Amino acid sequence: MLKHFGKYIMFMGSLVTRSESPRILFNRTIDEAILIGINSIFIVAIVSTFIGAVTCVQISYNLTNAFIPRSTIGFMVREMTILELAPTITSIVLAGKVGSSIASGLGTMQITEQVDALEVMGINSENYLVLPKIIAALLVFPMLVILSMFLSIAGGFVAGTLTNALTAQEYITGIRDAFIPYNIVFALIKSVVFAFLISSISSFRGYNTSGGALEVGSASTAAVTQSVIAVLIADYVCAQLLL
Amino acid sequence: MIEIHNIHKTFGDKKVLDGVSGIFETGKTNLLLGASGTGKSVLLKCIVGLIKPDIGSVTFDGTYFTNNKLDIRQEIRRKIGMLFQGSALFDSMTVQENVEFPLKMLTPDMSRSERLDRVNFCLTRVGLEGVNRKMPSELSGGMKKRVGIARAIAPNCTYLFCDEPNSGLDPLTAIKIDELIKEITVEYNITTIVVTHDMNSVIEIGDKIMFLYEGKKLWEGTRDDIMDSNVKELNDFIFANRLMRDAKKVEEEEREEHEEKRDTI
Repeated sequence: MLKHFGKYIMFMGSLVTRSESPRILFNRTIDEAILIGINSIFIVAIVSTFIGAVTCVQISYNLTNAFIPRSTIGFMVREMTILELAPTITSIVLAGKVGSSIASGLGTMQITEQVDALEVMGINSENYLVLPKIIAALLVFPMLVILSMFLSIAGGFVAGTLTNALTAQEYITGIRDAFIPYNIVFALIKSVVFAFLISSISSFRGYNTSGGALEVGSASTAAVTQSVIAVLIADYVCAQLLL
Repeated sequence: MIEIHNIHKTFGDKKVLDGVSGIFETGKTNLLLGASGTGKSVLLKCIVGLIKPDIGSVTFDGTYFTNNKLDIRQEIRRKIGMLFQGSALFDSMTVQENVEFPLKMLTPDMSRSERLDRVNFCLTRVGLEGVNRKMPSELSGGMKKRVGIARAIAPNCTYLFCDEPNSGLDPLTAIKIDELIKEITVEYNITTIVVTHDMNSVIEIGDKIMFLYEGKKLWEGTRDDIMDSNVKELNDFIFANRLMRDAKKVEEEEREEHEEKRDTI
């Protein structure tokens, strides 16, 4: 365990030594941002909308006390979405999609000697291949989380109003009630932390693949599992430290 | 000229290279010959710096490479072109982008049109025209090797390394690839090291041959001397290769005979 952690730290260090030119890194980062960001919009949109809708319906089902105003449903959907569901669930979904893609991509490059080909050319393969992925994830994850917040709240609105759990006016009143802007900042900080963990752990697992196709699969699975565990631990640590 | 001195490498308990020394001359095709698992590819990777030897040194044209300062090692690496066993083409890039890649990375001052001219020149040189927009997955094994060679020579490499360039190719394509390597070596006066276990390559292109056995250099010489060697392991290797070739020939003849008979029926 400690040996792996040590290797991970050394891997992180190697990302910033022998850096390629800023122009090359910028172009690579844009490419990676498109791969990570644009290609993940659909899955994030679907998951977020339904999570918002389900949250709204389930809160409505549990809220049987007539003395509690129906606008509380909107309030609770907003709080749950911003504080937990949007950053954490989105990150877990992205750990599955982006994490496995990063690990299997780098793993395949490693076993087919494409990484060696870069090294022979005098290119720092860690810096060229991995750093842009991490920077792109740091840039794109918060954007996806913001999108997720918006769609989740919108999903709650649609579900709540269609099922007559509450009126549109009640929902809007609820989501505007006792709003704390810091919660958004907290969610975005979490998304940046999760982005770093997912992209770096997946890259580490993929880059250190050796063997054949079976090992690429194992690396991909390990990347997703370890990323999800790291996200959940970091979620708790962030909540404890920042709230 | 590349000089290696007393290279040792151990993986766990297994000694893969045991004090290998030698000189690889410029303008010649130097072969690292030996059966599978004798440490040829590991030696090649030690020379290019992909694996660090436990003991020993590598010198490129008098410049010390192993354990030298990073910028000096980088400077030497930028003169290296390498053809990998599986070609190692970047599968997310087209053929043109693959060949252009080292130029983009190593010669940032080169304009795009100059780069494209060079790419077209290199692809023409290896006998591949009109495949610029194809992806590596659309190419045959032989074509991939050619693109690999084009990528290796694109930045005017001084040293060319080929790791089993014939593996997975039919005999005719293998000979063509061998000839191409030989021609490029002479034409650009570069130092070429080819890892192989194929005696055909020895006959076709081997100017200087180093025979490895269980991590040790057992014999060194030219292709004219190889048949006169008195090293038992080398003679066994040549004999086994000959048997394989004869067996293949017999098999081919039998197949042809069988096909002829079938046609007559």
